[in-house]
Amino acid sequence: MILGKVVGTVVTTLSHPHFDNRRLLVVQPMVSEGEESEDEFIAVDHTHAGIGDTVLVNREGNGARQVLNLPDGCIISVIVGIVDSVEIIE
Amino acid sequence: MIFGQVHGTAVCTIKYAGTEGLKLLVVQPLNKKLEPIGALQVAVDVVDAGIGDLCMMVRSREAALAMPEITFVPVDLALVGIIDELIVRPDGDFDYTLRSGVTHYS
Repeated sequence: MILGKVVGTVVTTLSHPHFDNRRLLVVQPMVSEGEESEDEFIAVDHTHAGIGDTVLVNREGNGARQVLNLPDGCIISVIVGIVDSVEIIE
Repeated sequence: MIFGQVHGTAVCTIKYAGTEGLKLLVVQPLNKKLEPIGALQVAVDVVDAGIGDLCMMVRSREAALAMPEITFVPVDLALVGIIDELIVRPDGDFDYTLRSGVTHYS
């Protein structure tokens, strides 16, 4: 899973049935100092996160299918947690 | 899932068995500022997107799972949503760097 920051929201009316009544958020991955920033992506919200929240995102299909209990769901990224604090010891 | 914009269509008569009847669209992957990143690619359309539509695409195995009837066809990019509204905050609003020590997020 990765740490990301929710930077936007996406609204789609015409979409695959698996995305019905699920919220879509734009997530920008967080990187440590001096590293190059990674590409942002769209994730399905599972924890009522909002813009500006720091979130935990699962970017692997199997995990996403289990979290959303869609046995053959076509969803890769799911927000599985809202982060309160992060401690990094170097 | 990533952003994409439809730039054209592709027609393919001789192809892998099982992929008949799948609509192919030429798409340009975009970033959150809707700037093109990378080269044009061909995606299978599942939601009848048209030329110029801003859409949401999914890669790898999940693209194969997004097909109308779930058949294991060699597809690795599927167009699964047409975006109607997009709100993205500018880069300056948030801090994306992970610093050593404890950081509390509201």
